[in-house]
Amino acid sequence: MNQRWLNILGLALVAVIGIAFMILTPRFAELDTVLELTVYMVMAVLALSLALIWGYGGILCFGQSAFFGLGAYAYAIAMFNIGESTVPVLLAIILPAAFAALLGYFMFYGRISDVYLGVITLTVTLILFNAINSTAGPEFHIGTARLGGFNGIPGIPPLNWPGDRTAAVDLEGMFYLAAGSVLVTYFGLRLLLASRFGRIIVGIRENERRAELLGYDPRAYKLATFTIGGALAGFAGCLFANWGSFVSPTIFGLSQSAQIIIWVIVGGRGTLIGPIVGCIGIQWLSTALGANQPTGTDWWAKIFANAPLILGVILIAFVLLVPKGLVPTLGDLGGWLLGLRGRRGAERERFEPEAAE
Amino acid sequence: MMLDVQGLRTAYGRIPILNGISFAVGEGEFVGILGHNGMGKTTLLKALMGFLPATGGRVRLEQDDITAAEPYRRARLGLGYVPQGREIFPQLTVLDNLRMGCSKQQSGAERETIEAVLEEFPRLKRLLDRTGGALSGGEQQLLAIARCLCGKPRLVLLDEPTEGIQPSIIDEIVETLQRLRGRSGLTMILVEQNLDFIAALSQRILIIQKGTITREVQPDELHDASLVGEFIGITT
Repeated sequence: MNQRWLNILGLALVAVIGIAFMILTPRFAELDTVLELTVYMVMAVLALSLALIWGYGGILCFGQSAFFGLGAYAYAIAMFNIGESTVPVLLAIILPAAFAALLGYFMFYGRISDVYLGVITLTVTLILFNAINSTAGPEFHIGTARLGGFNGIPGIPPLNWPGDRTAAVDLEGMFYLAAGSVLVTYFGLRLLLASRFGRIIVGIRENERRAELLGYDPRAYKLATFTIGGALAGFAGCLFANWGSFVSPTIFGLSQSAQIIIWVIVGGRGTLIGPIVGCIGIQWLSTALGANQPTGTDWWAKIFANAPLILGVILIAFVLLVPKGLVPTLGDLGGWLLGLRGRRGAERERFEPEAAE
Repeated sequence: MMLDVQGLRTAYGRIPILNGISFAVGEGEFVGILGHNGMGKTTLLKALMGFLPATGGRVRLEQDDITAAEPYRRARLGLGYVPQGREIFPQLTVLDNLRMGCSKQQSGAERETIEAVLEEFPRLKRLLDRTGGALSGGEQQLLAIARCLCGKPRLVLLDEPTEGIQPSIIDEIVETLQRLRGRSGLTMILVEQNLDFIAALSQRILIIQKGTITREVQPDELHDASLVGEFIGITT
């Protein structure tokens, strides 16, 4: 009962903080802060997509940026051709989802093991990077949209209210949309995970064979999870293309792919709030470190201005010292402080003397 | 016939383990399987469940030919499997473990199914909120059997359920299974080393040697020490 109330309390807390943050930020913050927070929110949707696939589905996907990039490019290209954003947004979701379904079909039904799955998804991302990167010439265009190669696609038209192409979403509106998307995605995923489907994918993550002998086809469930994750990442890509009115092949790059995984590791695998926290925290830190140009010749000033180095150290520290990630570790700590942990520990001792595992 | 196995062969790589096993189990029968270690008892159950591909022979579950079916298909067709070592989900609660067992029901019918199964397993009723990993070995075994029954199987394969379990719970498992045997429908194949356990539950016992079934005995014959020593390698 206690655990259940804690869950409800946690959900209510997330809802209150999230909605307050969404409503209050544009009123009190400077526009450039709002702009920066918008991209954090966009990336939080991307982090949630991997939180589902990896954290709950147990599928280590190094290529979440492939779906993110496809979503961004699909939106950009469709927007130049259509001019009204309803269909481009749908395409930015459907296309990456279909790509994830196709890729997932061959991976899961081909019974490819976990390590190879990581290698394949990473390779696919890098192939997309190289392919798009080499489309600089004028001969590479889809309809009226030039792909632009390494130069990317600039000046992407913004979203508009469905059906009314004159009602473009402004910068503030973009923040509301991005923050609202994080909330809707978060609560949507909570619902999904609380359902039968959620229970089954967690069961499959824990032990595929056990789930199979109970009558579940792990391949079908993994494929569905992977496809949902692809759709979410594609939607995040669409928001990203809107935020900067620009996409370039770096969106498929190695560092983008690695970042998403780092967010999830730091924030905590097997939670939803963790990857959001990890994503926002690390982006904030990268921005803060990037703005901090070395002024003196002191060695420590140079080191602190080296964002990748600091991020690398943080990642290693997390993997070695906080392997469960920030949120689960804080949760354990909080539970221990509340005394729940102590009681549960005592129960364990009483019942566990001959436990098998 | 509930299960009809004809000339079943299987191998680990190129090493043959089952060399043409043939037997049949009728509806409602409880059949024991005994044999030395390494004679293929667990392998037989794994092959019946589809975790090892058949390299020869045929397996039928009632009218369905399941020789080449995927494991999840066999489970859906009514083959229940309680593997050695329980294989419950340690991170999920007891209730969620049971829900995982309800793979064939609509979500609405889950509750009813679980309640009916829990009637047979009163000990689990007060453990529903605990995680599977926090249960004792015996409780985990009860949970594994209960979870299997939630899938409403026609035939249950039970692999060494008494291994490493305290005697009081072994008695509870025997009583529960005897009660279930009395009720309609359930058929069971039981692999065991514990002679008292297998004698208490089986109607007949197949002896497996070097990957084939060499003999069939009655439960009361297990009191014959020389027979047991010769065919099973266990001295009582």
